[in-house]
Amino acid sequence: MLIERKWKRWVYFYIPLTVFVVGTLFPFYWMLITAIRPDAELYRSWRAATNTPFWTLQPTLEHFRDLMAKTTFPQWLWNTFFIAVVSTAISLFCGLLAGYALARLRFPMAGTLGTSIFVTYLVPPTLLFIPLANIIRTFQLGDTPWALILTYPTFLIPFCTWLLMGYFKTIPKELEECARIDGATRFGAMLRIIFPIAVPGILSAGIFAFTLSWNEFIYALVFLSSPEKKTVPVGVVSELIRGDIYFWGQLMAGALLGSIPVALVYSFFVEYYVTGLTGSVKG
Amino acid sequence: MNKPIAGGAGSAAGLEVVLPHPRTTQPQRLTRLLENERALAALLLAPAVVILGTFIAYPFIMGVWLSLSSTSVGNAGEFVGVKNFAKAWNDSIFRTAFGNTFFYTFWATLFKLTLGMWLALLLNRHFRGKRIVRASMLLPFIVPTVLSTFAWRWMFDPTFSVLNWLLFRADLITTKLPFLSDGTYGMWCAIVVNTWRGMPFFAITLLAGLQTINPDLHEASSLDGANGWKRFWYVTWPLLKPVTIVVVVFSVIQTFSDFQLIYVLTGGGPANSTHLLATYAYQVGVATGLLGEGAAISLFMLPVLFVVVWLQLRYLRRMEGA
Repeated sequence: MLIERKWKRWVYFYIPLTVFVVGTLFPFYWMLITAIRPDAELYRSWRAATNTPFWTLQPTLEHFRDLMAKTTFPQWLWNTFFIAVVSTAISLFCGLLAGYALARLRFPMAGTLGTSIFVTYLVPPTLLFIPLANIIRTFQLGDTPWALILTYPTFLIPFCTWLLMGYFKTIPKELEECARIDGATRFGAMLRIIFPIAVPGILSAGIFAFTLSWNEFIYALVFLSSPEKKTVPVGVVSELIRGDIYFWGQLMAGALLGSIPVALVYSFFVEYYVTGLTGSVKG
Repeated sequence: MNKPIAGGAGSAAGLEVVLPHPRTTQPQRLTRLLENERALAALLLAPAVVILGTFIAYPFIMGVWLSLSSTSVGNAGEFVGVKNFAKAWNDSIFRTAFGNTFFYTFWATLFKLTLGMWLALLLNRHFRGKRIVRASMLLPFIVPTVLSTFAWRWMFDPTFSVLNWLLFRADLITTKLPFLSDGTYGMWCAIVVNTWRGMPFFAITLLAGLQTINPDLHEASSLDGANGWKRFWYVTWPLLKPVTIVVVVFSVIQTFSDFQLIYVLTGGGPANSTHLLATYAYQVGVATGLLGEGAAISLFMLPVLFVVVWLQLRYLRRMEGA
């Protein structure tokens, strides 16, 4: 360890770190305090002497109640969850098989295919949403969850494939060869030997895919139109703003409730998440 | 007469050598097919290729066609050549959006990289509560962008902004700052929010990179008389470069094609001064219904994305070769 003076540790470490922590977390605190603050206090002049912006003495659950009673928020939560789970499952299935093939099997065009899957990973949704909207309309999938369940894998599959391919490459080939000598088929070895070992990789890919689809906005905005079919981000944007009027209390309550599921999933699997994140970057 | 039977017996005997287990001989044809590396690869890749082909390759071709046609909602349209591209290029709002996209990407990426690197260096040290601080730093990256951007929009509210209140109380300002009601301020606000959201990703990946660096190197260089800054510049930074390049590429692509942040924060306003290519494409293509023109505007992103992806691929190849 390098020796350090006390004041130096404060100036170079504690103070900057505190600034980072406060800056990172303040917007979330602000969400919470807005969500539980009564309207009368919310819309008070910023010059008012009695203004206490950082806390409230009359916390209320009124905004949460309004959110539940006046909008279809629980339905949005369910839609988002359902779409995220199904598209994650599809993407994991495709990503597992494709990742294994690219990592282990020798076949012509393997390099080209690997590269093109990597390139599709880098194609942003905003490049394709207009033609995709047309295609969704031709398939008559508009305003159904399937429009999203089928399009979310376009950015999830490349990601899962890439991450799992990297993971498979770290598993020693000998394990598979042993199984094959013992009489397992190629397919059987993949299914019973390699996939179980890859569970941490599969979990991190799954968590990542789940949060990505929970986050997705532009496809959901363009492909869905009925209020009860929307996902949380789109529902909050389109139903809690009427013209120029923002229902800030309900908006923040919705933002909070809509963030909790992903935050929970993430907090349970934070270790996997971080290894997945770093694994995918190391490629 | 006996030949086919002998051949059949021979192949059956051959099969038995490969598959000694009696159980596995039942679905013979399928098993044999799966033993073939090429056939298995084709089978395993099929689902991914079908989905990506239908929902990426096909829309891409269709997007190019749309951009060359006069299609709008409810009107099939016809081929008009590069008219849409020319029209966009001569449109002053498009020019602003085009410039904004580069401005936004450049500054946001620069801030994310600098602050992310700083944060990673801080988090790489030992202190109490390290795990919880690290975990909570990732929150902005986890929470849906649209939802957290609403919190920022509320903080930038023209009438009730808490930031204005703070600055006013601290005697730094006498009148409210027009956070989102002025184009220049609006753009910088978007850059701040984007930096806030993207910085954790930089910090965590760079932190992972930092942890692979052997501490002996630092020890050695400090014995040679290198101070903190020199140790960073000559030891840490060169070793972190590969990770940094990958993160920057991802960030550039995502920032360059950003939509949701601007859509929620400013909606492209005031007076269309904060549009990015994606939000302007949405306004023209979806809100106005001019699909052809919208598709053309979003295709303007392609050259830049292409160059970035190409550089990335070249870099990856070089790394693999080395």
